[in-house]
Amino acid sequence: MTILTADLVPSSRRFDRRWSIPVVLVAWWLVWRFGFGTHNLPNGGPTFIQDWFLRIRNAADAGRDSSPLFIYFFNPIAKTTGSVISSMMSLTTNLGWTGITGIASAISLWVAGWRHGLLTAVGFISFGVLGLEAESMQTLVQIIVAVFLSLLIGIPLGVWAGVSNGFSRVVTPVLDIMQILPTFAYLPLITLFFLIGPASGTIATMIYAIPPAIRLTAAGIREVSTATVEASESLGATKWQRLTDVQLPMAKRTIVLGVNQTMMAALSMITIAALIAAPGLGASVISALIKLDVGAAFNAGLAIVCMAIVFDRVTTAASVRTERASRAGGAASQRTRLLRYGAGIGLIALGVILPGINRSLATFPDRWVHGTRNPVNSVANWTQLHWYGATSWLTTTVTHWLIDPLQSLLSNTPWPVVVLGLALLAYFVGGLRPAIVTAGCLMGAILMGLWPSSMTTLASVLIGALFTMIIGIGFGVWLGRSRMADQLIRPILDAGQVMPPFVYLVPCLALFGATRFTGIVAALVYASPAVIKIVAEGIRSVPANTTESAISSGSNSWQTIVKVQLPMARGMLLVALNQGIIFVLAMVVVGGLVGAGGLGFDVVNGFAQSVFAGTGLAAGLAIVFLGIMLDRITQSAGRSRRTTD
Amino acid sequence: MRRMASLRAAALLACTGVLLAACAGTSNTAASTPATSSSAKPCGTVNIADNPWVGYEADVAVVSYLLKTKLGCTVNISKIDEQVSWQGFGTGQVDVILENWGHADLVTKYITTQKVAQDFGSQGNQGIIGWYVPAWMATKYPDITNWQNLNKYSSLFVTSESGGKGQLLDGDPSYVTNDAALITGLKLNYKVVVGGSEAALIKSLQTATQQTKALLFYFYEPQWALANLKVARVTLPPYTAGCDANPKSMACDYPPYPLNKVVRVAWANSGSPAVNLVQNFKWTNDDQNKVAEMIANENMTDDQAAQKWVDANPTVWKAWFAGTGLTP
Repeated sequence: MTILTADLVPSSRRFDRRWSIPVVLVAWWLVWRFGFGTHNLPNGGPTFIQDWFLRIRNAADAGRDSSPLFIYFFNPIAKTTGSVISSMMSLTTNLGWTGITGIASAISLWVAGWRHGLLTAVGFISFGVLGLEAESMQTLVQIIVAVFLSLLIGIPLGVWAGVSNGFSRVVTPVLDIMQILPTFAYLPLITLFFLIGPASGTIATMIYAIPPAIRLTAAGIREVSTATVEASESLGATKWQRLTDVQLPMAKRTIVLGVNQTMMAALSMITIAALIAAPGLGASVISALIKLDVGAAFNAGLAIVCMAIVFDRVTTAASVRTERASRAGGAASQRTRLLRYGAGIGLIALGVILPGINRSLATFPDRWVHGTRNPVNSVANWTQLHWYGATSWLTTTVTHWLIDPLQSLLSNTPWPVVVLGLALLAYFVGGLRPAIVTAGCLMGAILMGLWPSSMTTLASVLIGALFTMIIGIGFGVWLGRSRMADQLIRPILDAGQVMPPFVYLVPCLALFGATRFTGIVAALVYASPAVIKIVAEGIRSVPANTTESAISSGSNSWQTIVKVQLPMARGMLLVALNQGIIFVLAMVVVGGLVGAGGLGFDVVNGFAQSVFAGTGLAAGLAIVFLGIMLDRITQSAGRSRRTTD
Repeated sequence: MRRMASLRAAALLACTGVLLAACAGTSNTAASTPATSSSAKPCGTVNIADNPWVGYEADVAVVSYLLKTKLGCTVNISKIDEQVSWQGFGTGQVDVILENWGHADLVTKYITTQKVAQDFGSQGNQGIIGWYVPAWMATKYPDITNWQNLNKYSSLFVTSESGGKGQLLDGDPSYVTNDAALITGLKLNYKVVVGGSEAALIKSLQTATQQTKALLFYFYEPQWALANLKVARVTLPPYTAGCDANPKSMACDYPPYPLNKVVRVAWANSGSPAVNLVQNFKWTNDDQNKVAEMIANENMTDDQAAQKWVDANPTVWKAWFAGTGLTP
């Protein structure tokens, strides 16, 4: 910020756009430095929205037994979902682990082929090996119900959004809110409306899992080329025929990808649902967390990872097969297909009959159980003992040189200057629209009455995103350039993406204490895998001959990366930045549990104390505002770069 | 085992029959049946809230173990937060909270206004809230445990979060705290830093003990972690009634919290013998710490820990069966 000197602030009408951003920053810094007083929106702004939320919450609490909304709407939904889940749970108990494993493997075999059938069998057996058979089955049932209901609602809405621009425009911001609003913020409302237990856990999961189903279905429908659609029109097809005969079949692959994303979203909600008494693996993680038992939490997390890997690989393979099948027109020969169906039926029969022969076969044999709790605990203890010196130095250094200055700049400058400064930055990065969105979102944060918290959180998120990008580019370039590194690291990245953050909360606390930096570290662990993958993808998509010609003209590896590969992958880097910010933002609430303060703590506090329920919800919305602001700025940066180049 | 269970079931059935007949005659005899005769009604289902700290889990472990094995109840345990548990009284999803720490606002809402819950008396544990330092600090700086000397030592407690002042670390936001008001009232050069969870507190204490780092923190007993981690309490000016009236500034210690049980009114009137047991449930901080320690540190399941404690302390829990109709 101080690199520039003051004489670079000319009033010239045609000054170079490159200077505009530093100029804004310097001006902002000067205002902060020679401050116009440090007092800034006393009490954080107006509180009427928080009070209003609290009143709604209390009205709902009081009206549960009398209001028709509850008697005819919320209560039946909760009751139906609850009974579906409990009957499915007793079904899994009756089938035993062999039955479930048989059925799951057979389904994978049918939709995704032999290899994935085997993968499913191994995955399902691993639940028992980790000693979490019963918990895994409880989780499985809730995930299946949540995903099924999400698709039931999401796919038709997605089709609608795909064919109607009007509906698409209405639904997009709603989906944004559903995906960014931290679950913690609305969890108290869910328990108010749908009570506690597996049913409300499922409903909380659905709120988060429906958006990808809608989005990808709509995207699939829109992807179908206009030429094809017009051709069907010219053949006299009705709108309905066009949809069912042309658009839906051609969008199938993208829709199956939506199923995949819905499943992943549902899996990421397991631990959160456990906070409102949904049983299963999430409950194991929480119960280990309160005992600070890193090993037990990791063990349960590993079972979640196994489940996620099975779901992910099988649905991905299924989506590829759907496409291949539709292109080749059912190339698989009659015989192999019969063989697959036969084998699947055989597997199911075997799995179901075994416990029938001997009831003791229904439970997973004890001798096969080998949990990971103890080894993980020893590693965690050793690490804490020997690394603490280095990690606490890191905490102090980063806080002193990065977090404190940035936070002070955001919090101790008068708020109109902050709003103006950020809006100008957005303008120079992406144009008028993101500038307006930025100003609007910041005014929203003020309206929520949570200005200081918002600025604390914004500072943490920006620094978290910066670190995520550093890690993402470092590893992403490595993975993008080396196949071997990719194959070695990718499984770890996959695991990192689905491992519940509550598992690494305690290790983070152990190494970095209860600080704002700890919140950032937790966010890094969560956000880096996705960013690394996107950067690697970008590096790989640089045409090989471009890279080769750079090498042949005498560039060394470093020059090739910096001068050729990274600049050419700029589009993907911006996508990575955008995703990185959204992922870091998703961890704001988790940060609130480890000392990060800010909006995350406000949300946690709102969940813990009903008098602050209004503030918690408002803080959740403030997070949404920050999210939309950062998302629009980074997206517009991608667009404007592309158009100017 | 199975034989005993079926015998008990048969006995219960027989008793129910007898009692139904009795009830048909005069309505009040059931309530006044002496404890020595057989149980009044089958137990049915008991929904117990399991709030997320290990001491509470110990309460649930022992009570549900006795309910299941001695009275044949079906016990549903819901792992939920304190706040959400109270909501459960209204919806019928929670019958019992076994360890309530004050919560005046919830008492007003659900006991006084909505009348869905009722206070079921002390459960014996004394909740102590206060400021603590790791034991090594009290050894090295013997006068640090007096609040008047805290300012002298504030530089020891400076962290990256405390803005140059001494740090006072708080934990889970749902726990009762006056710390900011205390710092103002006692004119201390400290700043409250909110850890955000109990895990943040205990992990910080573990680190401070293991690495001999300074730490001043809000903490409470009974607390399982204190079995392994030694701490010293900082004495604050003693509590007097009304000294905590000003929420902005206070100059006195936390009062002791007699922990109590809260139950759903409709369940309390159900006549289940489980109601008597819950009403009689009462034990000491030591009892709870023992069970909590087994659950948290010795890797026992709740039932194993409960069984071990039950086997070792028959005189304590046998008293809880008064009025259930069962003399174990």
